[in-house]
Amino acid sequence: MGSLTLKQFRSPLLEPIDLQITAGECITLSGPSGSGKSRLLRALADLEPHQGEAWFDDREMYSFSAPAWRREVGLLPAESAWWAERVGDHFPRPDPSLMALLDLSADAMQWEVSRLSSGERQRLALVRLLCNRPGVLLLDEPTANLDQQNIDRVEGLISDWRRNQSVAVFWVTHDPDQQRRVGDRMWQIADGRLRVLA
Amino acid sequence: MTLIELSTLDLALSAVLVLVLAILSLRLSLGIERQLLIASLRTVVQLFLLGLVLKFLFVQSHPLLIALLALFMLFVAGYEVLARQQRRFRGVWGMGVGTLSMFISSFTVTLLALTIIIQAEPWYSVQYLIPLLGMLLGNTMSGVAISLDHLTHNAWQQRQQIEARLILGQSWEEAIRELRRSALRSGMIPIINAMAAAGVVSLPGMMTGQILAGAPPFEASKYQILIMLLIAAGTGFGAMAAVWIGSKHLFDERERLRLDRLSTARE
Repeated sequence: MGSLTLKQFRSPLLEPIDLQITAGECITLSGPSGSGKSRLLRALADLEPHQGEAWFDDREMYSFSAPAWRREVGLLPAESAWWAERVGDHFPRPDPSLMALLDLSADAMQWEVSRLSSGERQRLALVRLLCNRPGVLLLDEPTANLDQQNIDRVEGLISDWRRNQSVAVFWVTHDPDQQRRVGDRMWQIADGRLRVLA
Repeated sequence: MTLIELSTLDLALSAVLVLVLAILSLRLSLGIERQLLIASLRTVVQLFLLGLVLKFLFVQSHPLLIALLALFMLFVAGYEVLARQQRRFRGVWGMGVGTLSMFISSFTVTLLALTIIIQAEPWYSVQYLIPLLGMLLGNTMSGVAISLDHLTHNAWQQRQQIEARLILGQSWEEAIRELRRSALRSGMIPIINAMAAAGVVSLPGMMTGQILAGAPPFEASKYQILIMLLIAAGTGFGAMAAVWIGSKHLFDERERLRLDRLSTARE
């Protein structure tokens, strides 16, 4: 359960943002590369210095410890990073049912990270994030390396997930069709401002 | 047994060897002749100066003068640590991390050794203090420099891995744990190797010096053991302090990885 509210939130390259994503809602964000989308998501996860306020439900960011905030406001970076050799070492609480939904075998926990394909990495990174049960999802092009079948799986999973768990989703994507498929509202960055696309 | 004094000619002969090496390096285009000659020149000038300063201090052993020399040595060591960093902390932290760590470790260990173990009279007696501090600083300096360089270099290289851990809700200490461990290990390995090889493969410098000066070999080996253990402790504490302070400064109060606190890579 979670909503995300921004009040005069300033991240690098962007004008101050006022925005609310209610629980269970998905907002897509597009814009040219280098326009500050990824840095906005990083600032929302409190990985970069920023100004203004961000609220999770009725609590302001700084009333959380930084790790607690990041567990609630979960960021999926465009490129996933792995620090241990084995996949399983990155999962304190593995969830086999989630793995199955993304067509990942339960054996994946035993695999070596260096042998993963880029698509497997991307799907596993999503599972790894969801295992934390965050209240808000910040997704930075989560389907960029996937084939159509897996794109459908990821979109389906996120769509069910946000409704069942009442999670707010902020989804960065370049694909106009995907924006229409997954977004309740569509936003765009142009000239350092956030605009409603539709 | 008395000390055989070295003449200028003796020193010149050893310098010829280095010159030959430099010429060889030039002919084979190894590219180290410049550094080699500069370092050799520094050794000659610095050690002559130290000899003169100590000669003066032996006569004129005012505590304040000794303290000044000790501080001077500390700051030069701090500068050397800084100079060996590929990526330095910006601002006062650049000099600060290394100098503070060496101050904590070398000075404490030296003080301990002088007052409790050796019990020189007075404890700040130049004959014991300066050589002891010098050996501790020299070795701690290497350990601190290696550890810090390792830490900052790897933090830069593994930024994505560290941030991935932060993103998933790990604390900064969890996210940097492995890096800390390996930085510390690499700073400690030289002294561990030196201790393992001491007396079997290598005859350590100080023991050699004492024997040359006519000290009984067994006394010399006891002093060397003392020094080795002190150096190991000093290097370990120094590297620990440096890695702890340095890794903490890599993160801000919101546990963000702040690589902007490091300068861009040199060389």
